[in-house]
Amino acid sequence: MTENHRTTYKEEATELLADLEASLLELEENPEDTEIIGRVFRCLHTIKGSGAMFGFDDIAAFTHEVETTFDLIREGKMAVTGELIGITLSTCDHIRSLLEASDGGPEPDKQHGDGLIASLKKLMPGIPDSSPPEDPEQIDETSNEDFANPEALEVTYRIRFRPERHLLTTGFNPILLLNELREFGPCKVVALIKEIPPLDEIDPEECYTYWDVILTTAHGTNAIKDIFIFIEDVCELTIDIIDDGETTEEEEPPKIIPPNHKRLGEILVEKGDLRPEHINKALSAQKPIGQLLMEAGVVDAGLIESACAEQAHIKEVRRSRQVNETISTVRVPADRLDTLVNLVGELVTVQARLSQLAALENHSEIISVAEEVERLTEDLRDNVMNIRMVPIGTTFNKFKRLVRDLSAELGKNVVLETVGAETELDKTVIERLNDPLIHLIRNSVDHGIEAPGAREAVGKPPHGTVRISATHSGAFVLIQITDDGAGLDKEAIRDKAVAKGLISPDVELSEKDIFSLIFTPGFSTAEKLTSISGRGVGMDVVKRNIEALRGSIEIESRKGAGTLITLKLPLTLAIIDGLLVKVGQGQFIIPLPIVQECVELTPVEKARSNGRDLAYVRGDIVPYIRLRERFLINGQVPDIEQIIITGACAGKVGLVVDQVIGERQTVIKNLGKLFQHVEDISGATILGDGKVALILDVPKLVEAEIDVSQGTCIH
Amino acid sequence: MAKTIMTADDSTSVRQMVSFTLREAGYQVVEAVDGKDALSKIKSSPVHMLITDLNMPNLDGIGLIRSIRSGSSCKFIPIIMLTTESQAEKKMAGKAAGATGWIVKPFKPDQLLAVVKKVLG
Repeated sequence: MTENHRTTYKEEATELLADLEASLLELEENPEDTEIIGRVFRCLHTIKGSGAMFGFDDIAAFTHEVETTFDLIREGKMAVTGELIGITLSTCDHIRSLLEASDGGPEPDKQHGDGLIASLKKLMPGIPDSSPPEDPEQIDETSNEDFANPEALEVTYRIRFRPERHLLTTGFNPILLLNELREFGPCKVVALIKEIPPLDEIDPEECYTYWDVILTTAHGTNAIKDIFIFIEDVCELTIDIIDDGETTEEEEPPKIIPPNHKRLGEILVEKGDLRPEHINKALSAQKPIGQLLMEAGVVDAGLIESACAEQAHIKEVRRSRQVNETISTVRVPADRLDTLVNLVGELVTVQARLSQLAALENHSEIISVAEEVERLTEDLRDNVMNIRMVPIGTTFNKFKRLVRDLSAELGKNVVLETVGAETELDKTVIERLNDPLIHLIRNSVDHGIEAPGAREAVGKPPHGTVRISATHSGAFVLIQITDDGAGLDKEAIRDKAVAKGLISPDVELSEKDIFSLIFTPGFSTAEKLTSISGRGVGMDVVKRNIEALRGSIEIESRKGAGTLITLKLPLTLAIIDGLLVKVGQGQFIIPLPIVQECVELTPVEKARSNGRDLAYVRGDIVPYIRLRERFLINGQVPDIEQIIITGACAGKVGLVVDQVIGERQTVIKNLGKLFQHVEDISGATILGDGKVALILDVPKLVEAEIDVSQGTCIH
Repeated sequence: MAKTIMTADDSTSVRQMVSFTLREAGYQVVEAVDGKDALSKIKSSPVHMLITDLNMPNLDGIGLIRSIRSGSSCKFIPIIMLTTESQAEKKMAGKAAGATGWIVKPFKPDQLLAVVKKVLG
């Protein structure tokens, strides 16, 4: 606790004592006035409560006794008398001398204080002795809960958490509780939703859902209960231990004891009345127990799901316990992995051909083999890709050093926080991410975080914080760099852009558009060039690098509060899921992760937009690009075209094609040297029938289109 | 961006300590000197969370909690009350009024932050 707070407390306590005295004198005049009694009590209460907070334990303990007296008076169990007022006034003096003592004044007479308390107690009706003053040390019960002990066994719990319906009206968010449980260890949460009524009967302020949680953790039952401490009386909570963490002997599956009589099927087969495959077929039609129980109506789907989750979790826990002892790694040169990835790529291509041939032949057995191969190839692809995944943490560690050196050089005080170091990304992506990240962090430290003096002047802590975090989000990894520095100055950026002739002065730009001006080549807002950044190259290079990784970059910022930069990167580079489309005779692949939906473009729709390339999708206006015109493809335009709506850029943009063929695993092949300046195409892939489809680089495509259509372009 | 937390307490030192701790942790803080002040400030600009003392002049903590829960724009925000050991009944009353949780005075900055994280995420 800082000295500053103690000083504030002393000033406050002195004021309160003056108030207290005034109130006591008033009370002497009107001994029955409950409002004045309340005021006295409040003064005492605050002196005590705040005193304990700021380390004035003697004052807290002493005042507690006086407060107890007035609590009795407040409840009408004791009358206000002249004698009482007299003693209380003396206690005020004693508290004041205690305060002065902490300022270096003379030590007050402890016996005098005890005497005052004793005479107060004498006035109390029939109470032998009040409870001893509370010991401030004793109260921090919550911080001493049993911490997870790394040596402790990991125990698996089954927790059912069933809040009362009105839980939400206490301001409690059950999701946060579940998240807290997740922080304890591997955790499976099943929401039981059978009590949610039909839509028209739902009261949105009620909580109908309850949860089963299977949790493996080294924390004890009490620590788990503590999570629920605030709502223990508004929820039903049961915690059972279902696996105590002891290494069990591998439980032998119960042996099927061969019966000493033959089974029905066996007899039928022996007699030649039945073939074994018939039996297998009949047996495979038998339903799992869960389904049978559900059909019988004794349990519902949620409970079955919860039980299955428990079963799977326990199996996993026991398995990993055994694996733990034997886990080992093999180091492999990276180029072997690259070869493996290339081979898998070839395999995917061949498999596509096989599937296509099988479909043409329409031979059921070949089709089933082709499907099997497809499934295996997909598994193989995912596994090989996984091998290439490495945690981003090592890169993060490099940045700690960078930030340390930078802040020393610039005379700033900057702390780097990293979150999500375990997030995995393709090795190549991580390598190529290094330079852009260094640049962004430099920018944050150099331009973002203010000098310590400037920070304190605006009430921020003197040390600035730069936080870099990595999280998974679908097929992407989000990397965010946040700083709590000065933030971007919208006006300054705008003025600069106008001065540099990047935009014309009368253009209206949204905040987002203004921020993205930073990525324009040759742009720099730093007033002072430093040796670290501010040379006006960089942000545009960063953007290009990120886009070369098929990622995107976004900036949010608030002046004075800081800046948030988000990089969105694909998990892997070599093979992607794509949407195959057709325009005339040409086939194109659109990366599936950026595809949001496909809608039809009918002649009516075309007429409605009066020749401007705009479509109305559920009230939104979506601009579109006609690939036919863009790539100068001739041929008959179908009556109904398709718009693929993509979300790669700032807003939604549609791509108009003749026909959507479907999803394809796409192995990316680079275009040859001859085509390396083609901007709209990021690569090519070989389709099952041996034809080549071009992979569209949608952000580039859109950007180029904006360039063509308006002079006010900001990119 | 940063979430806004209101601290309602008639004790300047407690308010200052709460604000200081929360600001250090990156929250924005609005201070109110009693229940009435808190209510009018919340009405003019909503907050994400409230930390309130129970004993306050004009409108006490219980009354404040009750008013917020009875249908303002902040009906569902987490509300943490500051109590002392000797106030078991007050605690019950506060919970009945709709408080989300409580912190026992005296508390340390870490404890405050732990509770804020627990109910605000």
